[in-house]
Amino acid sequence: MTGAGTAVAPLGRMLLTQTWSELRIRWRIPAFSVTIVALPVLFFTFFGLPYAKQTLPNGMSLGAYLVASFAAYSVGSVMVFGFGIGVAVERGQKVDLLMRATPLPPVIAILAKVLNALFYALLSLVILIVYAVVVGGIRQDLTVWLDMIARLLAGSVPFIGLGFSIGYLCGPNVAPAVANLVYLPLTFASGLFMPLSQLPGFVRVIAPYLPAYHYGQLGWSALGANTEPLPVSLAWLAGYTLLFLLIAIRAYRKEESRKFG
Amino acid sequence: MLGPNGAGKTTSISLMLGLRQPTAGQARLFGLPPTDRRARSRCGVMLQESGTTSVLTVREIVDVFRAYYPAPLPLERAIAMAGLTEQAAARIGTLSGGQRQRLYFALAICGDPDVLFLDEPTVGMDVEARRAFTASIQTLSGAGKTIVFTTHYLREAEELARRIIVIDRGAVIADASPQELKGRVPGKKMTLVAGRPFAPADLDGLPARVLTMSGERASLLSNEPAAVLRELFRRGVDVVDLEVTGADLEEAFLALTRRAEGAS
Repeated sequence: MTGAGTAVAPLGRMLLTQTWSELRIRWRIPAFSVTIVALPVLFFTFFGLPYAKQTLPNGMSLGAYLVASFAAYSVGSVMVFGFGIGVAVERGQKVDLLMRATPLPPVIAILAKVLNALFYALLSLVILIVYAVVVGGIRQDLTVWLDMIARLLAGSVPFIGLGFSIGYLCGPNVAPAVANLVYLPLTFASGLFMPLSQLPGFVRVIAPYLPAYHYGQLGWSALGANTEPLPVSLAWLAGYTLLFLLIAIRAYRKEESRKFG
Repeated sequence: MLGPNGAGKTTSISLMLGLRQPTAGQARLFGLPPTDRRARSRCGVMLQESGTTSVLTVREIVDVFRAYYPAPLPLERAIAMAGLTEQAAARIGTLSGGQRQRLYFALAICGDPDVLFLDEPTVGMDVEARRAFTASIQTLSGAGKTIVFTTHYLREAEELARRIIVIDRGAVIADASPQELKGRVPGKKMTLVAGRPFAPADLDGLPARVLTMSGERASLLSNEPAAVLRELFRRGVDVVDLEVTGADLEEAFLALTRRAEGAS
């Protein structure tokens, strides 16, 4: 069989349609869309706004520093909650079962999810920054904000891995709890809610080993406020990416052999 | 593909689709591995227990699935063929069980595939949905599509299929046209009460399969209950009570299974 018989649909169109459908699906689940947009702004209101006009000892705006902190929190949460809960729910609904039998390549399905997550991460960043500028009166050059956004989006891969790991290890009812239990202490202990200098001594000892700490450095580095050399943080993030992807792939394979072996 | 629950129908379909790997041998679709995208692009699939998102509308999800295939059916036609025109704008989460089954049918046919794999397609369908489904199957079959479906209803297989493969415990028991198969499967169950206890010789050589025999009671499976009765009277067996009912599927399968074992 050749010619028309072996035709396949164009991958570009598949990716576009799949991404657009994922965007709509997420948008229509308020538990996701509202949380993603509202929580970072809410946290920033409580933990950031009161210090908006203060400066750090080196003369840098504490407000801007905290915007970078919550920006990092925000992108990480889109990845961890979006993928973690999203994948777990889809597995619970057995969406994956039917999709596996269609001509849609798994790579395209995953790529659509990544694009979708990047879109929502960008959306939450824009809303957070606009809020910080308009309500908090925190001023930075536009190029600084854009640089911060670019660094955080580019460095979000380890959290995609963490999200996938949770999504494949947990059932749909457990995943939200696990995602919260992992992500909130992680970001808190990494100095994303308040600067590390204000946290207990043992947290300061642990922090340099955590992925969210080094991810925060990416955001702070856009302001020149990173406390670790950038290559060191990038190396840590690369290591965690590898670790989380390995866990995710292992969990995925295990489920594959259980379901389809 | 016809068989009782647990016969291996879903496993067979999974192997044909490359969803499971065979421990021995291989499956090929259009001469390709079933996981090949070119093969998948010519298949439509309806699986048992598969799910889909609940927040898209019927029209939206059918449109998404159409994008997976090189030459899909027009959107509204795919929806109409599944009998979902009225529900096209409804969110999937609001559909009833039968409507959901129709949605999966729409997703299976929207790519205009050459071959359809339908695993227990009519489970959960109401009478009306079943009728619409039957009509669609006949239309598709008339248009030259190959349709592979599983069922544990003998009547459904008889009604829709040109070829029936009966499987049980993972093995093919019969592979025949419905007419042929019907001849092989005893269609009637006879329950007899005689005026005296049955002797084994009474029932020997009858065009029937003996299910049970104890005292004056016996039950038989046969396609020719009248011939059985005539023969019994000729042998001087006094039948005082008789009941003839349609053999249920389990008994029919039992007969086929035993025959296969006896032949081997």
